[in-house]
Amino acid sequence: MRTIAIMNRVLKELIRDKRTLALMFVAPILIMLLMSVIFNTNSTTDVNVGTVAVTRKLNQEMGDIKHVDVKTYDTKADAKQALQDEKIDAIIKKNGNNYDLTYANTDSSKTAAVKMAFKNAVTATSIDQLKSALKKSTTGMAKLQAQLMVMQKQQAASTTAATGNAAAAKQAAATKAKSTTTATKSTSQKTPKITNHYVYGDKDTGYFAKMLPILMGFFVFFFVFLISGMALLKERTTGTLDRLLATPVKRSSIVFGYMLSYGILAVIQTVLIVLVTVWLLGMEVVGNMVSVVVINLILALVALAFGILLSTFANSEFQMMQFIPLVVIPQIFFSGIIPLDSMADWVKGISYIIPLKYSGDAVSDIIMRGTSIFDEGWNILVLLVFLVVLTFLNIIGMKRYRKV
Amino acid sequence: MAQAMIDLAHLAKKFGDQTVLKDINLTVNAGEIVGLIGPSGAGKSTVIKVALGMEVANGGSAKVFDTVMPDRKLLGRMGYMAQTDALYDDLSGEENLKFFGVMKGIAKAKMAAEIAHAAGVVDLTADLKKRVAGYSGGMKRRLSLAIALLGNPELLILDEPTVGIDPALRRQIWTELGKIRDAGRAILITTHVMDEAELTDRVALLLGGKVMAFDKPAVLKQQYGVDTIEDVFLKAEGVE
Repeated sequence: MRTIAIMNRVLKELIRDKRTLALMFVAPILIMLLMSVIFNTNSTTDVNVGTVAVTRKLNQEMGDIKHVDVKTYDTKADAKQALQDEKIDAIIKKNGNNYDLTYANTDSSKTAAVKMAFKNAVTATSIDQLKSALKKSTTGMAKLQAQLMVMQKQQAASTTAATGNAAAAKQAAATKAKSTTTATKSTSQKTPKITNHYVYGDKDTGYFAKMLPILMGFFVFFFVFLISGMALLKERTTGTLDRLLATPVKRSSIVFGYMLSYGILAVIQTVLIVLVTVWLLGMEVVGNMVSVVVINLILALVALAFGILLSTFANSEFQMMQFIPLVVIPQIFFSGIIPLDSMADWVKGISYIIPLKYSGDAVSDIIMRGTSIFDEGWNILVLLVFLVVLTFLNIIGMKRYRKV
Repeated sequence: MAQAMIDLAHLAKKFGDQTVLKDINLTVNAGEIVGLIGPSGAGKSTVIKVALGMEVANGGSAKVFDTVMPDRKLLGRMGYMAQTDALYDDLSGEENLKFFGVMKGIAKAKMAAEIAHAAGVVDLTADLKKRVAGYSGGMKRRLSLAIALLGNPELLILDEPTVGIDPALRRQIWTELGKIRDAGRAILITTHVMDEAELTDRVALLLGGKVMAFDKPAVLKQQYGVDTIEDVFLKAEGVE
């Protein structure tokens, strides 16, 4: 009863605080939109590609692709100079039957555009090659058929001569074998090896799609952490917490009241963020969207408990803000936005105490791989452990303000 | 003698190395108003916090309603008003009253009558629908008092209740406090306004963590050989 009353009150206060509400709902959407505009500009990126010793056909195919400009260079040194001078974004060099691709890669979207254009061009040329190969094999087939006809005629002419028959069969088998070898020869020619080189970074540079699920969790965590922490801090500094504790209310009712109200808020926020990312940013959600909301809700409750706990160590709103670089920002580093595999073992160890890592892992799996929420038991379990421990600490911690 | 609502005996309280209360002996009986006066930092608020169970005494005993504090359930029988207004600015006066009413455990059926009564006492009935953010300082103070009055608590603990309230309303509030006393309920009140101390039944003079004097205002004046409580206060401080 009291828990519900506290929840109602907190929600009422939040709804009337329009600016904070706007911060919670509009800010994440605005930032995500901005990020998607900034990171996903492939469609309109103009790229300049330098080619060395590439067939005219491939050059032509690439040049025909929109937003791609092809410049031919005589030597690789010339092309490299151009790359350094930022005249071109990538070099394609034919090495015998293989291709060497060098990307400036200072702009991952351009790299992606070149890769795409090159792939298309190669496919187009190989389709041409395939066509000619097909033509060849059809002529081969025609020949075979002609030979067969001749054979049949021969058979008809000398049905009695058994030896002649055997010779004809042998000849037919030989021609067949010949035609197959020409066919295999032509296919082996069509798969050139492509080697990618990057001047800066590697193939993983720039991956907004990978960031999105984690970013979503980050926004939920950040805003719930900050606003709930501030709210309890305000209760403490204005004296309403003392007054609240001067009534027979249980300490746990206060904590649970806050959890319920911010839980509701977090659900709305998550749903909104998911909808925006799906509809506006065109993110593909392979798995179940409800699962995404559920995991973000648990994360929000962890953030809430965390915010309330840390607010007890702050004496002013500004001191609460000081926890952002200490508590919130490091979460991003270990959340999986930056691949953890490449980190030293002891650094990796830190990630195990970062709630955002677990939610990020779970939500990424659900969104990108379509994993069921029931297969994310471990991540959810860890998040729940965080939640229970922090909640417990909060209820105990309130003893600071009232001894029972 | 009437039943002791608050009974503090040889109470001591330390915060770290700092001893705030050394030896506090204070009783508040049913049907009386006890004033607690003393300079800033004398420990008035600490006495109140111990009585409410927000702090635990390091020595001596603190009993309220014959029960050792802290005790959460007893808080429902007390009304507390802090020095700060402690209100939710984004809520209306009525919503504030209702919220704290629920917290105090007032039954739903009685709620409306309780709110109307408490608001009437502090003369806020007309402004109940307004948001607290738009209240004047005096109005906030009155609302804060109204919250303490909710549910007709047997014991009222008021920390400087009349700061920022105009004289006419202050008189009205004291009249109401008098009525509460006459109904057999108890009030512990801290104040800086010395002529208010004259209105109490007994005055405790708190100084350096001790109760220097605790008696009827008239007796105290006689003891110190002065005309007003203010002089008692000054003299006691001077002696110390």
